[in-house]
Amino acid sequence: MALKLTDIVAPGAVVAELNAAERDEAIQELVDALVEAGAANAEHRDALVAAVLERERKGSTGFGRGVAVPHVKHPGVTKMTAAIGRSPHGIDFSALDRQPVYSIVLLLSPDNNPEDHLRAMEVIFKSLGNETFRRFLRQAATRQDILELLNEADHQKLPG
Amino acid sequence: MPDGETSLAKECAARVTVVNRLGLHARPATAVADLAQNFTSAITLRREGQEVDGKSIMQIMLLAATQGVELDLVAKGEDADEACRALCELFARGFDEE
Repeated sequence: MALKLTDIVAPGAVVAELNAAERDEAIQELVDALVEAGAANAEHRDALVAAVLERERKGSTGFGRGVAVPHVKHPGVTKMTAAIGRSPHGIDFSALDRQPVYSIVLLLSPDNNPEDHLRAMEVIFKSLGNETFRRFLRQAATRQDILELLNEADHQKLPG
Repeated sequence: MPDGETSLAKECAARVTVVNRLGLHARPATAVADLAQNFTSAITLRREGQEVDGKSIMQIMLLAATQGVELDLVAKGEDADEACRALCELFARGFDEE
C-alpha cells in the first residue's frame, strides 16, 4: 500500500504560524510540537533537536522554492513522524537557492529502517515538487487548511 | 554544421547501483545533483518507468532508491562521457558512505 502524507504527519504537530524567525528556533518549535502531540518522546527532545541541527549543518535541507525538509534518523524515534510548519515571513535556512523558506516539513525516522525513511521522503518531495501544493501550503492560514491540503494531495486532487 | 562537429552532441548511458546501506537519501541525492550540475550535458536517472532530472535533488528523492536498486543513467551533451564517468564513480563509491 502506498504511503500517504497523512500517515506520516502528526495532525497535532501542524503549526500554521510558526513563532520562530530563525532556523534553529523553527526546528525546536517543530520538535516541541511533535512532543506535545505525543508523536515524539519528551525524553529525547534535546537529542532530537541537536541531531536535526547537526544534520542541517552538514548541508542545508532548504532544497529551494521556499521549502525545507529538516530530518534525522534517530534511535530515540520508535515510529516515523513528521511536523509541518508555516512561516508567514520566511526563514533563512541557507537554502540552495538562497531564498527564504516558508514551508517546513520536519521528518523524524527510526535509525533502523532506511527503506521507510526513503519512502517518506519520496511522498514528501512528491507533494513539495508540486507547484499548486507549495502555493496552497504557503497560503494556508489554519491547521485545518493544511490538514485538508494534505488529504487532497494524498488523494491526488491537486492539479499539476 | 561541418561533419566534425556533429559528434559534439554525445550520449552516454550506464547502469548504476545504489550500494550504500542507507540508499539514495538526501545527502547522496545532493552529492549527485551537485556533481551533475558541473556538466553542461542533460542528465537523467531512471528507475523502471520513472525518469527524473539528475540535477534536481527534489526529483532524485522521488526515486526512493534503496540499497541494491539499479538506475539507468543517461547523459546527453558535449561532456556526456565525462559526466557519465564521474557519476558512475560516485555511485560505485557508495557516495562515500558505508
